[in-house]
Amino acid sequence: MPSVMIRVKENGALLFYIAKKDQEDEIAEVETDTEESWGGEVLLTDGSRYYVDPITPRPSFPTTLRFKRV
Amino acid sequence: MSTMTREETAALIQEVLEVYPESAREERAKHLTVNDQEVEQSKKCITSNRKSLPGVMTIRGCAYAGSKGVVWGPIKDMIHISHGPVGCGQYSRAGRRNYYVGTTGINTFGTMNFTSDFQEKDIVFGGDKKLSKIMTEIEQLFPLNKGITIQSECPIGLIGDDIEAVAKQAAKTLEKPVVPVRCEGFRGVSQSLGHHIANDAVRDWVLGNRDEDTSFVSTPYDVTILGDYNIGGDAWASRTLLEDMGLRVIAQWSGDGTLAEMENTPKAKLNLLHCYRSMNYISRHMEEKYGVPWMEYNFFGPTKIAESLRQIAAFFDETIQANAEKVIEKYQAEYQAVINKYRPRLEGKRVMLYVGGLRPRHIIGAYEDLGMEVVGTGYEFGHNDDYDRTIKEMGNATLIYDDVTGYEFEEFVKRVKPDLIGSGIKEKYIFQKMGIPFRQMHSWDYSGPYHGYDGFAIFARDMDMTLNNPCWSKVQAPWLKSEEAPEAAVAGA
Repeated sequence: MPSVMIRVKENGALLFYIAKKDQEDEIAEVETDTEESWGGEVLLTDGSRYYVDPITPRPSFPTTLRFKRV
Repeated sequence: MSTMTREETAALIQEVLEVYPESAREERAKHLTVNDQEVEQSKKCITSNRKSLPGVMTIRGCAYAGSKGVVWGPIKDMIHISHGPVGCGQYSRAGRRNYYVGTTGINTFGTMNFTSDFQEKDIVFGGDKKLSKIMTEIEQLFPLNKGITIQSECPIGLIGDDIEAVAKQAAKTLEKPVVPVRCEGFRGVSQSLGHHIANDAVRDWVLGNRDEDTSFVSTPYDVTILGDYNIGGDAWASRTLLEDMGLRVIAQWSGDGTLAEMENTPKAKLNLLHCYRSMNYISRHMEEKYGVPWMEYNFFGPTKIAESLRQIAAFFDETIQANAEKVIEKYQAEYQAVINKYRPRLEGKRVMLYVGGLRPRHIIGAYEDLGMEVVGTGYEFGHNDDYDRTIKEMGNATLIYDDVTGYEFEEFVKRVKPDLIGSGIKEKYIFQKMGIPFRQMHSWDYSGPYHGYDGFAIFARDMDMTLNNPCWSKVQAPWLKSEEAPEAAVAGA
């Protein structure tokens, strides 16, 4: 269950950052991405998948969330 | 030797690895690679931030070096106690040349060494009492200090002293911030973890101190300089450029910085991050907690400076953007003259770098402005995200080495035969004795500043002074020179 900081990159994409692993990847796809909630399964540009229970209301980034590996 | 191809470089790495026993060879092979700009993620080609192998000569430092030496040490109006035996503090005292303004011993303490000088009895019975006594004495002798940090050395963690409790108690009696930092040298694999621990200590003990205090009047143009340690005056050379643009620099972390500046940093509009490795943690934290955005910038060499100034200006309104263009314009004659003077003398020279956390990639632009080429680079303690940023900056088929060992570095140099090496004091004399021009790129070889346009002029002069110095042809004794080739390079000898 890595603790992940998500921030908005200069190009507008969301950056998925795991401090422990120094991993910085863009988020390619999010299962739920609406005005009200954000979360579900997340696909990164490197192909790996993570999961977080959808959060309502939609969090403001940057924020730190605990993800599960899928 | 002309530029090496991908195959030649790969073969060179294999050849160098040959001497190791099998297990060490496997381990070290992961840390050496040939650069490929196609690769998006460095983790596919290089492993970093791993423990150095026992038996090899590594050039790394420890967590205490990362915290006391790099992040906390330059905060000039605080007293940093090296808590533990005397050596760690004494042998690193004032070595990093973090310049500052102030009267040492009165209101600033940068070059002084404060230590609890542990003896056997302190190891056996614990050093807590001694520590609190020291802090009382400090308060009597140096009443103008703004706070104290306790930088732990190895024994503190080993004997389990509760420095947090002592710090809390002292903070109450002294009515000043007292920051315990758990940066024992044995933590982590290099100084990198020390940076992280120091950042976390800033976060926990300093950053929120003035959250309720509204006396600081901020403007829409407030920026801070993070990760600039003012080596030889670097931060000052950077600061003038930002101020020329119409921005107000409200804090310097941590070269020539003060405690109050650190506490007011969350009130800035933008954090400018020079050394990504040592201060990205606190930048990320400030973005999350206070909503202060941060960006990385690079003030080495006119090309990168212009690029960075424009990027910084893009965060602000049109006045600042116009000012940025004016600043670039204003210095153009100056830096063009530097390039015109030195480029013909340095054109085509090849450089190998091996430095710490940002310079292996940041300085490449400055060398390229002088027509030089960086043919090999590597980090002592970089992580994957550093290499991600490096791959794009380096040319294809160049060497990249992580936590390079003394043996590997020497062999690489013998084969690649660079015209100049930029690394630290431990490497300096080996390569100078091999007859290769060398600059210390940690401390700018007692020169500097190298940041900003002013720094670029000094950088170019220093590189020329070193490279074109007539002494390099005199390294070999005259009677050892062969008859046929009296001017033969001694590099491969």
